[in-house]
Amino acid sequence: MKSGSNLERVLQSGNFAVTGELGPPKSADPEVIRKKAGILKGHVDAANITDNQTAVVRLSSIAAGAIVMPLAVEPIIQMTCRDRNRIAIQSDLLGAAALGMKNLLCLTGDHQKFGNHPQSKGVFDLDSINLLKMVRDMRDEKKFQCGDEITGKEPRLFVGAAENPFADPFEFRALRLGKKIAAGADFIQTQLVYNVPKFAKWMEMVRELGLHEKCKILAGVGPIKSLGAARYMATKVPGLDVPDEIVARLKGAENVKAEGIKLCIDIIQQVREIKGVAGVHIMAIEWEEAVPEIAEGAGLLPRPQIAASEANMVAAE
Amino acid sequence: MSFEPKIIAFCCHYCAFAAADLAGSMRLSYPSNVKIVKIPCTGRVDVIHLLKAFEKGADGVYVAGCLEGNCHYIEGNIWAKKRVKSVKKLLDDIGIGGERLEMYNMSAAMGQRFAEVANEMTERIRQLGPSPLKRNLSDESNDGCEETCSTETPERSTVEV
Amino acid sequence: MIIAEQKPLKEIREMIAPYKKVLVVGCGTCVTVCLSGGEKEVGVLASTLRLADAVDGNEREFVEQTITRQCEDEFIEQLRGNVEKVDAVLSLGCGVGVQDIAAIFPEIPVLPGLNTTSFGRPSEQGVWVEECAGCGDCILDETGGICPIARCAKNLLNGPCGGSHGGKCEISDDTPCAWALVYERLGRLGKLKTLEEIKPAKNWSTAGHGGPRKMVREDLRK
Repeated sequence: MKSGSNLERVLQSGNFAVTGELGPPKSADPEVIRKKAGILKGHVDAANITDNQTAVVRLSSIAAGAIVMPLAVEPIIQMTCRDRNRIAIQSDLLGAAALGMKNLLCLTGDHQKFGNHPQSKGVFDLDSINLLKMVRDMRDEKKFQCGDEITGKEPRLFVGAAENPFADPFEFRALRLGKKIAAGADFIQTQLVYNVPKFAKWMEMVRELGLHEKCKILAGVGPIKSLGAARYMATKVPGLDVPDEIVARLKGAENVKAEGIKLCIDIIQQVREIKGVAGVHIMAIEWEEAVPEIAEGAGLLPRPQIAASEANMVAAE
Repeated sequence: MSFEPKIIAFCCHYCAFAAADLAGSMRLSYPSNVKIVKIPCTGRVDVIHLLKAFEKGADGVYVAGCLEGNCHYIEGNIWAKKRVKSVKKLLDDIGIGGERLEMYNMSAAMGQRFAEVANEMTERIRQLGPSPLKRNLSDESNDGCEETCSTETPERSTVEV
Repeated sequence: MIIAEQKPLKEIREMIAPYKKVLVVGCGTCVTVCLSGGEKEVGVLASTLRLADAVDGNEREFVEQTITRQCEDEFIEQLRGNVEKVDAVLSLGCGVGVQDIAAIFPEIPVLPGLNTTSFGRPSEQGVWVEECAGCGDCILDETGGICPIARCAKNLLNGPCGGSHGGKCEISDDTPCAWALVYERLGRLGKLKTLEEIKPAKNWSTAGHGGPRKMVREDLRK
């Protein structure tokens, strides 16, 4: 086991994993986090805690992780390269591991110009691939990025990365995923999938490279709350691929919210059929209430309870 | 057949070149391996001239200028010394060997020293053997040297005993 | 000027290793003045590479050409005749030159022979120092003509930090403390009082942190 986290155990045992997402508040209020954790509890194997998502200042990912842990929600700490250099990142990871956190998602991070401090200096000392390598080396080689040995306990983290199958150049995306895996990714969460055929094509390339056997791939899915949101995602969000028929389907619906959830469930069922997809990552930011309904509707409940020994046995097979 | 090195000596008009003449008048013997390039001051010797000499097939090269402090142009010989030092390192880096290049200082009155230096350098390059160039470059490389340097040899007839 | 320095010979030799005929291109502007990529340096580098290849027994040819500027298309066009005869270009221009040649001749590999380091000037013969960071929002009027963005290791706007000692920066005794210089200069100008004001956090978006920068002059555009 890399870290022995619940997420790792579920994935290693061959179960179809479910992760969710929890966005900390733009304030110092822990109750917001507790409330969201309460909704996700029991419906996901672990929840990503975003790191100043879209470059907007929010309560820290690691602090929020510490708040949700006693509430039986396993955090996946998100770490971007935008706001911290390699010194700060390593320091924070030692802290997160000391607090008992066992999952980490390594991201380059949205550019600060999209956030609420567009005048800030972007750090980008590392990129996501070098971040992955650094975290893997800290865990497996017991070494800091500079090469110095970690003389005490090393941070044992189950390390993830994101990949966008819909970004350009399409032919390079699977190869880039390969780079992330080579750098240390144990699991991958993809960008939101609305164009399932294109995602399936990408997975085909992933399988050709044998990457699905080296790493657990979770397809990113998410409910669309309104027609406006669908249109916005279809036209304004770079790197998102929302086909016209999705927008049309929501447009034709009487209850857009309900249709959005149904659509999400349909996509989960479709991606589940694609070979090499090890789970789904449900992104319902600021709509955490939708997650239980989606998990239930997609037949993903109850979530399995896997003992470490059991996961090890399956993994050994 | 024993190896006879080709050696280029860049000699300052004010000192080493005059010293070569003096060596001749003093009937001092020095090896005919040494071809002298007369220059107005060793400060005129640039990195490219030293490299071109090797490109053109020299087995050894040296720069002979005035005694430090006695440069006709104040500090030309000091610049030459720095350039020789940097080219020595370059030659080490590319496998030719920095010891094939040297800087000497002498005055116009040091005919004896001129002959000594010529002997010393010839002997050093004999020991080192031919330049390690595996390929003859003299035909293919364009020559940036001829226009800036005039080759002038002191009367050899006076040199030979 | 743009300051650049030649890459280590070993690195250059590794870059050109796959190619049989290489055009070494000099630039007659900044890198000529900082003695790293002008006609003279092209000659020395080509000669060095020829010798190195001859020692190793490699068959490789070098062609030399220096153009007025590697950052303007019309000058780069002058390379076309030679570019067509070689299988790689080794540019001794700054990073802009390398990219512009590559843009004009996209079918041929263009290799950088220099590391471009900064905008600066020769502070003495043989020494070039960085003095401008190209941050896009000049404050030299407020700092006595000394740029803390380029010359303070921490880019402080309200320096000097606690590491300033005897006019030197904490990173190295070779590095003057920019804020010590600012203090001294503003003192001479009788403007020390202005240092009591808090300079607000900088807008880094104009410094490249807002993405690549572009200047557009509509009055000059076709």
